[in-house]
Amino acid sequence: MNLPDFKYERPQNLDAALELLRGNPQARVLAGGQTLIPALKQRLDRPSVLIDLRAIAELRGIEVSSTHVSVGAMTRHAEIAAHADIGMAIPALRHLASGIAHPQVRNMGTIGGSIANNDPAADYPAAVVGLDATVETTKRRIPADAFFTGLFETALEPEELVLRVHFRVPRRAGYHKIANQASGYVTVGCFIAAFDGQIRVAVNGAGPCVFRQADFEAALRANWSPDAIRDLKQDPATMNEDMHASKRYRAHLVAVAAARALNMAAGGLEMEKA
Amino acid sequence: MNEVTITVNGVPETHQVEPRMLLVHFLRELCGLTGTNVGCDTTQCGCCTVHLDGRAVKSCTLLAVQADGSEVATIEGLGTSDRLHPMQESFREHHALQCGYCTSGMVMQGIDVVRSGIGHDERAVREALEGNLCRCTGYQNIVDAIMDVARNAPDSCGDGSVR
Repeated sequence: MNLPDFKYERPQNLDAALELLRGNPQARVLAGGQTLIPALKQRLDRPSVLIDLRAIAELRGIEVSSTHVSVGAMTRHAEIAAHADIGMAIPALRHLASGIAHPQVRNMGTIGGSIANNDPAADYPAAVVGLDATVETTKRRIPADAFFTGLFETALEPEELVLRVHFRVPRRAGYHKIANQASGYVTVGCFIAAFDGQIRVAVNGAGPCVFRQADFEAALRANWSPDAIRDLKQDPATMNEDMHASKRYRAHLVAVAAARALNMAAGGLEMEKA
Repeated sequence: MNEVTITVNGVPETHQVEPRMLLVHFLRELCGLTGTNVGCDTTQCGCCTVHLDGRAVKSCTLLAVQADGSEVATIEGLGTSDRLHPMQESFREHHALQCGYCTSGMVMQGIDVVRSGIGHDERAVREALEGNLCRCTGYQNIVDAIMDVARNAPDSCGDGSVR
């Protein structure tokens, strides 16, 4: 398939990238391209220029401390999936990264691209919200709860780039997705994280945008056990519906994904993988 | 037009390309390397799998300009019909192909699997083939072929440090 015509730039540093973006609303930023290139094939967008971020060293690198895991925007999914220190600090994050799409996509796709695109069927938004991450951009630091604003919408402004994502290290966390068998996209997923004094439950795939499931959080705060959420029902009204899953089915799957994520958070990760 | 130099199977290939040209078309049309197939053209089937700087990627979902300055390995770089690469030999040995359309992608992905060090684990091998579709074999013999190389000739696939 031929793509629409565009120019290509590969700036060597952040300032050069921002200069190219300035006053150029038809410019698009190219990270791993695993969503953007298919979108261009379908003529969903017609950019004047693609600004490839791959050469920008400031957007790379992973740092792991006792309190945070900090990941550069251009970090590939495969790098997070293979990172031993992330596996120690937040096993659920590594587990999530290792299950995105398939290996060839994980070798190209980036965390910055994923969260800036905010596909409702993407994995990373659940981790960003579940782990109470902070998204550091070229202009400010945006808390996860304010970053994802709607279907393919984020708080990012037109000339603002994601620099890094800072995840908080939880006491425990788990992620489970029920994926479409053919495409691998998330039908419903759930990321659960327990911090001192806080439980966060983030649901992806189910609605137009990742959201926190407040009633599950309250129930788990009172009783950290699958029993606490077993009888909670998600309202189908706000769910997505497509040929793969109805609103009612997705609402049902929220509780299923949450129970399995909780199982992993409670220590079932090794069981799950074995 | 942009001038692009990609080292393909060890040979620098310099061509003038439109930025919208996909890597797979660069390989097939400008380098004359037609072993890499276009299957679905939608990032699903894996027929176009090549190695970019040592890791398997889908060349239908990569622009040639993105690969400028990088090293690309294709099926043509592995062996000759007289001296097959151990992964190709293993595919023949295990009858891991019928029509052959997916095979170059499968072989390139198989090498990435062994190189990543997961070739001994059947479940991991099957998961790692999630992005490669085969409509003939039912995958069993492909899995066998890859695991055989992981057991008997892992060094032929390089080590996992390539990046």
